[in-house]
Parts: sequence; C-alpha cells; structure tokens
Amino acid sequence: MKVTIDGIPVEVEPGTSILNAARQIGGDIVPPAMCYYSKLEGSGGKCRTCLVKVSKGSEKDPRPMPKLVASCRTTVMDGMEVQNITSPEVVEARKGVVEMLLLNHPLDCPVCDQAGECHLQDLGFEHGAAKTRYEFDRRTFEKIDIGDKIQLHMTRCILCYRCVFTADQITNTRLHGILNRGDHSEISTYITKAVDNDFSGNIIDVCPVGALTDKTFRFKNRVWFTKPVDAHRDCDKCCGKTTLWYKGEDVIRVTGRKDVYGEVEEFICNTCRFDKKKTADWVIEGPRKVSHKSVISSNHYEFTPLPVVKTNPVLMEANKEQFERDTRL
Amino acid sequence: MGRKLLLEHINVPGINTFDVYRSKGGYAAVEKAIKNMSPEEIVEEVKKSGLRGRGGAGFPTGMKWSFLAKPEGVARYLVCNADESEPGTFKDRYLMTYIPHLLIEGMIVASFALGANTSYIYVRGEMMPQIRILERAIAEAKAKGFLGKNILGSGYDLELYVQPGGGAYICGEETALLESLEGKRGNPRIKPPFPAIAGLYGCPTVVNNVESIAAVVPIINEGGDEYAKLGIGRSTGTKLISAGGNLKKPGVYEIDLGLPVEEFLYSDEYCGGIANGKRLKAVVAGGSSVPILPANLFLKTINNEPRLMSYESLADGGFVSGTMMGSGGFIAYDEDQCIVRNTWNFTRFYHHESCGQCSPCREGTGWMEKVLHRLEYGHGKMSDMDLLVDVSKKIEGNTICPLGDAAAWPVASAIRHFRDEFEWHVTNPSAAIAGNYGLAHYADPLPKLEEKVA
Repeated sequence: MKVTIDGIPVEVEPGTSILNAARQIGGDIVPPAMCYYSKLEGSGGKCRTCLVKVSKGSEKDPRPMPKLVASCRTTVMDGMEVQNITSPEVVEARKGVVEMLLLNHPLDCPVCDQAGECHLQDLGFEHGAAKTRYEFDRRTFEKIDIGDKIQLHMTRCILCYRCVFTADQITNTRLHGILNRGDHSEISTYITKAVDNDFSGNIIDVCPVGALTDKTFRFKNRVWFTKPVDAHRDCDKCCGKTTLWYKGEDVIRVTGRKDVYGEVEEFICNTCRFDKKKTADWVIEGPRKVSHKSVISSNHYEFTPLPVVKTNPVLMEANKEQFERDTRL
Repeated sequence: MGRKLLLEHINVPGINTFDVYRSKGGYAAVEKAIKNMSPEEIVEEVKKSGLRGRGGAGFPTGMKWSFLAKPEGVARYLVCNADESEPGTFKDRYLMTYIPHLLIEGMIVASFALGANTSYIYVRGEMMPQIRILERAIAEAKAKGFLGKNILGSGYDLELYVQPGGGAYICGEETALLESLEGKRGNPRIKPPFPAIAGLYGCPTVVNNVESIAAVVPIINEGGDEYAKLGIGRSTGTKLISAGGNLKKPGVYEIDLGLPVEEFLYSDEYCGGIANGKRLKAVVAGGSSVPILPANLFLKTINNEPRLMSYESLADGGFVSGTMMGSGGFIAYDEDQCIVRNTWNFTRFYHHESCGQCSPCREGTGWMEKVLHRLEYGHGKMSDMDLLVDVSKKIEGNTICPLGDAAAWPVASAIRHFRDEFEWHVTNPSAAIAGNYGLAHYADPLPKLEEKVA
C-alpha cells in the first residue's frame, strides 16, 4: 500500500497505522506519541498529540476525513494522503493538546528523575507555548509506593494508560488501574496493595513522564551525567538485554534498551533491573547510541543529521522554525 | 393538534400493565412483524419511514440497521440506550415510566429485524423505579409468550435484559455504553471499528435510543410510508420534546416535526408561553450540549424565516446562528436568568462527567469551568472570553468521543451570542452578583442583529 505523508511517499503493509508508516519514513514528520506504545496492544488514541490531517482518504474514496484523526489508531488506506507538520491546523491542534497536557503537570523538572529523557519535556519544548494561560491551582496527589521498588507520583501523570496495558499484557496480574474519572482520575491500587511481579518494573520504562520512578535510582543522579552502555546477562526470566547507566564506575540504573521513540526493545525482569548493579554481573557490549536531540548525548557519542527535512525543500519551508532550532542544536 | 403515535394512550389508566396495553392495540406490531414480515422487510420499512435517531445525532435508523455486519455463526446484539442523562432531557424516562410496553414491543420488533437473540436495555443507574417497571413489563410479556423461546410459535427466540448502569453521563456514548455493559470501565472506544462491525463482546451491535426503538412500533403498524407523511422534509414523524425551564406548562410533548417553534412555545396546547408573564431571553433547543440561542435568533432564522422544530430548520445557519435538534431537551430562559451562570453550570456538569481518557476533554473542561466560575463570581477579566473561545476550539473535534464537542459548543455559542452579558460581568462585578443583566437586546427583532453579525 502506498501512503503519502507530508509529500513523502512510502510503501507499507496493509493494516499499518499512519504513525507507524510515518516512523518508516522517519525524521521530523513522525507525529509525537505520548500514549501509544507499539509493543502494547490497544494502547494509543488517548493523548491526542499524534493528531494528523487526512487530506485524501484513499484512492477509491478520495474524500478527506472531516476531523483530525489520531494517527496511532488510524490504519492506512491505499493512496491515502496525510498532512502532519505541513498542515497549520494540525500544528495548532497539537499546540492545544500540549497546553492541555501541561495544565495540571507540576513542571517540577528540576527535581524530577525523568528530566532529560521525558517525552513531555521534549513535546513541550517542540510544540508548546512559552507561557501557560492557566491561572488556577494544579491538582496534586500524595506520593505513594505502589511497589517495593516503584514510586508513583500521580501529580506528574498524564494518564496515558501505558502502565495499565503493561500490567495487563506483560505481567500476569494487574493490581493497579485508573480510579475515578475526569481530571480526578488517578492511578492507584485502590486497596493499598503492592504491585509485586517479576516484570512490574517495566511500568517505569513505559511511563512517558516521571510519574513512575525507580526507587533504587531516585535522586541518585541526573540522567545527562550518566553514560548508557549496552550490556547483557544470562537471565532465566527475561532476554537479559539491558542498558546500564554508569556514573563513574558505578552502575546506578538498569533499564530496557530504548529505541529512538523511547520504546523498549524488549521488556526485562525485575532481577535484572533492580538487583544486578555490579559491572561483574554483566557482559558489556559497548556504548549506547542516544538520539542527538536528547540532552543525554550533549557531551558524548556521535549523532546523525536529520534524514528527511534537510533534503526536502517543501518541508524545510513548512518547518522552518523547527529546522532552525534543530540545526542550532 | 398533531397526531400522537407514541403517547396516544398515555392517559389510559393502567396502560403500564400488559392487559390494558394489549387491549389498546399493543403488541400488534410484534404479531405483524413476526408472522407476516421478514427481517429485511422490517429494515426496509424503517428505511422508508425516514426515522432519524432520537438520541441526539439524528442518524437515520434504517441506515444504521442496514450497516450491521452479518457474519455467519456470530451473535448479533441490539442494545437500547436508556442512559438518558443530558441536562434538560427527560423524555425517555417519561416513556419508560408510563408506557414501558411500548419500548418492550419496539425491542422485540427491532431485535427480530436485526436477528438478535439477546438484547439489552441499558438504563441509567439513578432510574431505579424505571428499572423495576421495565423488569415487571418484561416478566408480563414473557408470561404471555411475547418473549423467551419460540415467540408466537414462529421459532424466533429472544431474551431481553435490563442492565442498570452506574449513573455516568459518558455511558450514554454508545461505545462507552458497550464497555460498561461488558462490565468494564465506561471509557469510549476508539473508532473504527464501529459497533456495527465489532460492538458488544466483539460482535456486531446496534445501539439505539429508547425513543427510536419505540417509534418502530407505529412504523410497523402503519407502514413506513404513512410515517414518512408526518413531519417535514427529511425530518419525518413525531418527536418527544422535554420542555423545561421558565415555561407555563413544562413537560413532555409529542410534536410533529416541522411545528413552528413559536407555536410550540406560546400555544396553550404545548408550553403555553413563558411563566409569570416574563419575556423569553434564550433557548437551548436540544439538551445542554447544543448551542444556546437568544430569543430573536431562535424564533426566526437569520434570513428572517420562522424557525420550525425540525432537524434542518433548527440547524439553519450552522453554528453561527443555528443550533441543533439534539435529544429534544428544550430549555427556555426568561429575562431573569443569567446566561453566564447557566454556562458555568453546564460546564461544571461536563467537567464532572468527562471520563478522563483523552487529554483535551479531561483538562479543558476543568479549565473552562474554573474560568467561568471566576466570571460568574466577579473575578473575571476581559481576556477570559477569548480564552474560553480558544479553549473550546482546542477541545472541539480533537477528542475520542462527542463529549468534548458537547462541552465546547455551549460555551462557544454563549460567548458568541451573549458576549455583552459576559463583558458586563467583568465590568460590573458587584452588580453581577446581586442582580442580572436582564433581557437587554436579546429579543429585539432580527435585522439589527444581522448588522451586528455582518
């Protein structure tokens, strides 16, 4: 099937979502996704940051879709034409969504462990306004320990439901879920239970913000002072392929290997994540490549220039602001 | 006086019992449909009747039925949406309370037409009396052989269940209703797939409003063509209107679509005019989620033609000068009502009822409520109006389900038409708390307003 996204054609399998088709092209035209997670079935459609405009439905039915659609949950049709960053309407709507997401977010990045690898931070930087128009108290919650090694800071949560899907699909019991509705919704275990499962640590990796944090890493260090190194070990529960985060000679954190969209390649078990923090436990493979956009890479490792935008004059024009910011960095 | 199809025998004592209902010609549609008609013929009749969904969106019911996927060996379901919780709408509750067998009869005919052997009536949790009434009615119908195995010896089986909801407005959205019916959290699903393909338990499902299903009964009894003769244009048949607010005679009225709004409002047969000799200031024509209109724009369209109670005429002028039929929750406001307070109240409702799944609605409704609260209590700023319009635009169309639109439209329309009153709340905060803006120019003849719009 042939799809055109922002003027760039791509051949994809039937049943692919627009977002995944865009990811096959790569570069700036990939819509941001806060709630969609390709490894979790049924995720997506909630945050609305990946809204795109379908200017031509398909070859058979060329009518445009009446509303902006969530690209993560809309499958492509043959001959579909999609506008993402070339449509001012989409850019405007996305800006609105980012503003909404940040309304009740505490913006406590200076004390948040996720800072530096936070999707909301990136999103706010790229699409958000410099100032908020919200002049009321933000909703706040007490911090709770929802597991032995996992802390939940609900105030930061953007209710992407990823951790709920993870618990459903990766672990065999789900003990937490969404309580209440509207902006009172919160993630909790209801009757205070501990999330206790060999794979429960993965909810930390899937969390796009700093709502779920690793208690063995909390306040240990800023991520941009750490060096990510790929390593593996022989694990009887999981694949054992991880990223170790070094500070000096110490492993201060172990996570799954995250790709360019912040999604782990394979889920890892809690033993690997929380208990194996000595170099001797691991076989080191080499330094982890980190996106050049990430602050983690600001002082190390190579980076590749943007593939798409630099070669396409139409996109360069449409995305001038973004382009300037990227090249400046 | 218009013909009554649904409420014809509403005043007959004991019409809520099977025997009285039957003696008044009840269940004739079931006999006719099951004995003499094929399911396809019934769908064809409903298509011919031009019946449009009475729940709010106005989608043609016959079309909806014909979209139902019919794969071999997969059950199909009919679900009746009785989760009526739109502020200003109470027609379904009225119908279920006083003439429950009409709904049961419609359910049997519709289930037969769709080939569903199990059907559900999803009733809002607060309507406990109606749930009991429906359950009693189902038991009566079952005892007489109109439900259960082998209905009227035709070999067609149907089980009808009443399912109480938890009392959430969002569960009136069809996919959220299905989730709730399955026993899950009532979050709307992301469409596609539509319920006609994968609905309840992943099976093809049709979800219809109570009134739409009840209207199938007269359609079958009299034929689709006869039904289509009532009404005007593409708005055929009769509609129940829940008239409320500052009216002399509030209540549920069955009207022929196409009745002039002026007649509906002022004639003694219907609402009887505004109570206590006051003047009309504004009208919400179809339940809280449709745009509010000032009196002058409501009685006449922008082209100075009289407005009619029909899907098309109410929507005349689009969102600039029109509104929508919605679910028929007609709310009239007299000169003493404060539009700012009313808008705040509506928004408070949507804030409370947002499911919290998608971000624009979850955060935006709360934001709008807080800004409107500030305006109503005299702490507003002149920039708040533009802020509200902007926030409502950011919500509208960007959400999973129509609740976001429903929350955005009343705010956007109130500011569009009543901006003066909002500004007065900012400039005269103490006066706004003590009194209200009054009628102002909102009932003035139209041409003046036309200049303003242009």
